[in-house]
Amino acid sequence: MQKKRVVFSYPSHLVDQPVISKLVKDYDLTVNILRARITPKEEGRLVLEITGKRSGLEAGFQYLSEIGVETQPLAQDVKWYEDRCTHCTACISVCPTQALDVERDKMEVSFNRDKCIACEICIPVCPYQAMEILF
Amino acid sequence: MARTIEEINEKIRKGKAVVFTAEEIIDVAAEKGVKKAAQEVDVVTTGTFGPMCSSGAYFNVGHTKPRIKLGGGRTCLNDVPVYTGVAAVDFFLGATAMADDDPRNKIYPGRFSYGGAYVIEELVAGKDVRLTATAYGTDCYPRKELETLLSLKDMNEAVLFNMRNAYQNYNVAVNLSDRMIYTYMGVLQPKLGNANYCSAGQLSPLLNDPYYRTIGLGTRIFLGGGIGYVVGSGTQHNPNVARTDEGVPRMTAGTLSVKGDLKMMSPRWLRGTSFTGYGVTLTVGIGVPIPVLNEEILRFTMVKDEEIRTQVVDYSDSYPQNIPGSLGEVNYKQLKEGKITVQGKEVPTSGLSSYLKAREIAGILKEWIEAGKFFLTQPVELLPSVDSGIAFKPMKERPIKKHN
Repeated sequence: MQKKRVVFSYPSHLVDQPVISKLVKDYDLTVNILRARITPKEEGRLVLEITGKRSGLEAGFQYLSEIGVETQPLAQDVKWYEDRCTHCTACISVCPTQALDVERDKMEVSFNRDKCIACEICIPVCPYQAMEILF
Repeated sequence: MARTIEEINEKIRKGKAVVFTAEEIIDVAAEKGVKKAAQEVDVVTTGTFGPMCSSGAYFNVGHTKPRIKLGGGRTCLNDVPVYTGVAAVDFFLGATAMADDDPRNKIYPGRFSYGGAYVIEELVAGKDVRLTATAYGTDCYPRKELETLLSLKDMNEAVLFNMRNAYQNYNVAVNLSDRMIYTYMGVLQPKLGNANYCSAGQLSPLLNDPYYRTIGLGTRIFLGGGIGYVVGSGTQHNPNVARTDEGVPRMTAGTLSVKGDLKMMSPRWLRGTSFTGYGVTLTVGIGVPIPVLNEEILRFTMVKDEEIRTQVVDYSDSYPQNIPGSLGEVNYKQLKEGKITVQGKEVPTSGLSSYLKAREIAGILKEWIEAGKFFLTQPVELLPSVDSGIAFKPMKERPIKKHN
């Protein structure tokens, strides 16, 4: 089994298609939708965690590419500007997945993008604009 | 044993001063014993790096040709208004000042992404800022408008002047209400969702000299990456609070007023800071050297996080309504470990003051002293202490009678 955190970008003509349902039924993938948004131009953006067999994932992503859904790893959309971070730890108590974590001996903050679910709770909490999520 | 500032400076000059940070001294003194450590150690360095709102800078920008009297008119740096109620080309820029058209909390919670503190950070980084001014014009200062780019090196003087910094201890903020609140202590989740604290604890300057035996007007310090001076107690300086048996205040107590040449400072240690829904502030780096003049002073510098206690305060009701009261007492060891218990509930903690940076500042100050680049000063007057009779007063409002 493999797990991926990805961002889907839908062109407007696909917004009314049951794409996720097809991923689940035809490719035997488990899908956890973390965030979803449709822009005023009816382009869709989805952040999801997909779990499944390697073969199912490959075939599923092939299907997405054929119908015109762009996919990219979530990590590319989340930025931690280390030079802006003062390691104050303001974000630590609110990050739900410990993607933002602190090494207690040094009180040094780190960001593990693989754990980030792009919930954006850290954005208004950071006084130094060290977190940026382009979603 | 006893030693003087002159003796310490003589050792610094010879490159022989023994210096430890306020974190290092804890183990050093425990190992050597207080007596021996006090004989051997000359200086203990402290540090803190946190948001400090009562900060700002004053400038003299030089005279234009023809002359303009900014005083009495209106002057902005990058659209942020400055205080011009002084002489012709002097003005003061406050850290929390914002542009007139900043939306503030009109769309709640406001972002407060720019203000005086950011202008200070940009100036210190060597960047140009836009000065725009209108004036009323006089016979000796005829000009009425001015628009120019300006950088720190163009100015005659640029002085960081902070009327209250480096609070000796601070509240832990929580939220008992059922909605999110946006405070100067950060975003507080409803129903005790988190607890925010703001002190460097065992590294914090005034917690290492709890009765102000060495710090006062004239104490030379690390300020914003350069050299500064303590110019007295800060506003709201309140030495007469509950203290532990060792003398450590169990709540907010003493404060420092500091100044220093902005041209010598660094944007690493003066940072524009935005508290969502609250406002703009300046994060200031301060390091104060504590001369180990005797055993008692050394003992004070050995203070550990677990010995520094503070009060948990509800920022949804008791703080805004100015109702005294604490939800409990916790120590900085617990706060730094990541959780405290309030009203029977385990609450995750976050800091607002960076302990990592505080340690770095104490380390830099230690290096400066060891390298013979930084000498200690004898304060002209120590900060007022517990015998000063100072009482911290709330405002007593008196109605103004309206005459028709």
